[in-house]
Amino acid sequence: MRVALFVTCVNDTLYPDTGKAVVTLLERLGVTVDFPAAQTCCGQPQFNTGYRHETEPLVRRYAKAFEGYDYIVTPSGSCAAMVRDNYPRIGERARAEGRGEGLAAVAASVVPRTYELTEFLTDVLKVTDVGAYFPYPVTYHPTCHGLRMLGLGRRPQELLSHVKGLELVELPGAEECCGFGGTFAVKNAAVSAAMGADKARNITSTGARAVCTVDNSCLMHIGGTLARLGSEVRPVHLAEILASTEEQPYGGIR
Amino acid sequence: MSGTYLGMPAFPVAAGEAVRDTTLRGNLRHATHTIRDKRARAVAELDDWQQLRAAGKQIKDDVLRHLDHYLVRLEEAVTTAGGTVHWAADADEANRIVTDLVRATGETEVVKVKSMATQEIGLNDALAEAGITAYETDLAELIVQLGDDLPSHILVPAIHRNRSEIRDIFTDAMGRWGRPAPEGLSDSPAELAEAARLHLREKFLRAKVGISGANFMIAETGTLVVVESEGNGRMCLTLPETLISVVGIEKVLPSWQDLEVFLQLLPRSSTAERMNPYTSTWTGTTDEDGPRTFHLVLVDNGRTDTLADEVGRQALRCIRCSACLNVCPVYERAGGHAYGSAYPGPIGAILTPQLRGTDTALDASLPYASSLCGACYEVCPVAIDIPEVLVHLRERVVQGGEVTRAGNRVTLRPAKGHAAERAAMRAARWALDHPAALRAGQRLASRTRRFHPRRLPGPGKAWTDTRDVPAVPAESFRDWWQRTRGTGAAATGSGTGTGTGTGIESREGTK
Ligand code: SF4
Repeated sequence: MRVALFVTCVNDTLYPDTGKAVVTLLERLGVTVDFPAAQTCCGQPQFNTGYRHETEPLVRRYAKAFEGYDYIVTPSGSCAAMVRDNYPRIGERARAEGRGEGLAAVAASVVPRTYELTEFLTDVLKVTDVGAYFPYPVTYHPTCHGLRMLGLGRRPQELLSHVKGLELVELPGAEECCGFGGTFAVKNAAVSAAMGADKARNITSTGARAVCTVDNSCLMHIGGTLARLGSEVRPVHLAEILASTEEQPYGGIR
Repeated sequence: MSGTYLGMPAFPVAAGEAVRDTTLRGNLRHATHTIRDKRARAVAELDDWQQLRAAGKQIKDDVLRHLDHYLVRLEEAVTTAGGTVHWAADADEANRIVTDLVRATGETEVVKVKSMATQEIGLNDALAEAGITAYETDLAELIVQLGDDLPSHILVPAIHRNRSEIRDIFTDAMGRWGRPAPEGLSDSPAELAEAARLHLREKFLRAKVGISGANFMIAETGTLVVVESEGNGRMCLTLPETLISVVGIEKVLPSWQDLEVFLQLLPRSSTAERMNPYTSTWTGTTDEDGPRTFHLVLVDNGRTDTLADEVGRQALRCIRCSACLNVCPVYERAGGHAYGSAYPGPIGAILTPQLRGTDTALDASLPYASSLCGACYEVCPVAIDIPEVLVHLRERVVQGGEVTRAGNRVTLRPAKGHAAERAAMRAARWALDHPAALRAGQRLASRTRRFHPRRLPGPGKAWTDTRDVPAVPAESFRDWWQRTRGTGAAATGSGTGTGTGTGIESREGTK
């Protein structure tokens, strides 16, 4: 089983601990992980802002970087959704524009091999108890792309419920968007901030010590809002909770 | 569309103001959450909802594919049944036709059934210019009209008003339009409804001309269908001598059998009812019963242009249920007026830039009025992939390209104000296609991280006004991997996998 980590550009640059957590976690589960250094970005920011043609080289790059791997695992629901939902569309549009089948074939080659982390754990490795330890109350925010595009269902909660010491607290209005939305956060800053503030209020109302998602981009917005509001609730990526053990506990909460 | 909305500011500006209006946000939050939850329950009752939804989508797609055929059949059937069909290419033509028809009756007053098409074309203003007063008879439309306001929701145009605001509007304005509100009117729903009933009854009994839209038109028999809750529609459709229906061309359905699907999809999605209280159908004219003259004005107004676009045309499946508005987190906070057209919310964000084009700052900003959360697509009873169309229209805004306008293929230029973004996207693309450059950038950011400000100037300010920026780590993941594992080396864990790498990474590293 050849497994490659697609760490994503956001995690690579801003949240390396999440990438390290995925490596730690998967290795603990007996998986050997590669990090093909040719990878960069899935192209989601470009595509969602309307720059489809600027995205095309990144589709090709992704496919080339992960050529030969059986599984491409990513700790980002929205990047996995970008590959699975939008790569075929980009290929299809290129075909419709009379530029041949090439891009569609490239897209089709990566779609079935791309997995969001919780899918890989529960569907491929078939584990729900990953031997993690995280002795805090945690609330889970299902990010929109994970929830609606990937259809992660209760996979993340299943995994969290098996973490030793962790108390999973239900988040009111959980399925409402946090207001990040990529460039939406700056193009429509007022509405984005209002959505973020409502999300932050719901999070703090749970009394949890940490809020967890499968996407650091949403978490950057949620965490940035919480911090500005003076909240002590920590934004923590799911991978970092699952990587935490009694021997090597997560160090971000005191 | 109507000139009423001309010159409105771009979405982010109007939405930013709405966000600060706490009464408005409270009203909208309460109303949308109530109806949202009710809809979810009504839909959950049906085991075959997803099949119904697929059927609704399929029927509408078939109609759109053969629109010319069904419209001609409809025209024949309506004519045979004693009605007269008029074709209007745009809003002006539709308004002219209706105005002339009303003038020909010699009347100066009309009663109206709630209709999105007449809102879209700005019919009331056009009639007013011709000295004809149009009375809205739907309760919420009445509130909007009396309050000299604009609708902000498809189904509940006065959703932005609460009960005490409505009481004030009634007390203030009813007298100017007809029968005044009763003395000492309270804000109880029953009293407000009774005041509206008394006020409207005079209009129903006096009016000689009724104007309606239609939810559906059945091609095989030439029958029009209006679905409503209050019964005011039934009054307008049956009491006047002349009935004029103004309907978008995409509202046609092939047969009565197709109607079965939509009479299940629409009420549950829109009012969360199993069945709506009043479903009125009429076929041309009938001797001694109902209006003696019936005119159907079929409106294009950008629809065939929209149909020409492969991705965007799915917006024409819309049955105006407003479920997408009720679940939209952006609509909930921005309110309907910020969308600057008769069609607010997610459907407005994809329909208006297609019907009206993307030439104004407002229309070009609409495709961005979404976080792409996908809640709208999930509830849409005809499965319009609204996020897909939004992204498609963003491409049209930043990149321009071929579109159809008034039946002609034209090439749009990229919208103004995106030049800096375009340059940034190109630069990012270049860096992202050159991992060595990306790594150099990351290292520079790490080395200078002590000097990064907490509040940013320029576009970054929009972020740091309300959110902290994440601290840049001392080392990127890429660098950590290389330092601890070496370029292209297999992981050193106790894994069972082979993990030998592909070699791409080492090639890349030397570029
Ligand atoms: S787009 Fe779909 S959900 Fe929105 S109003 Fe139209 S039919 Fe209803």
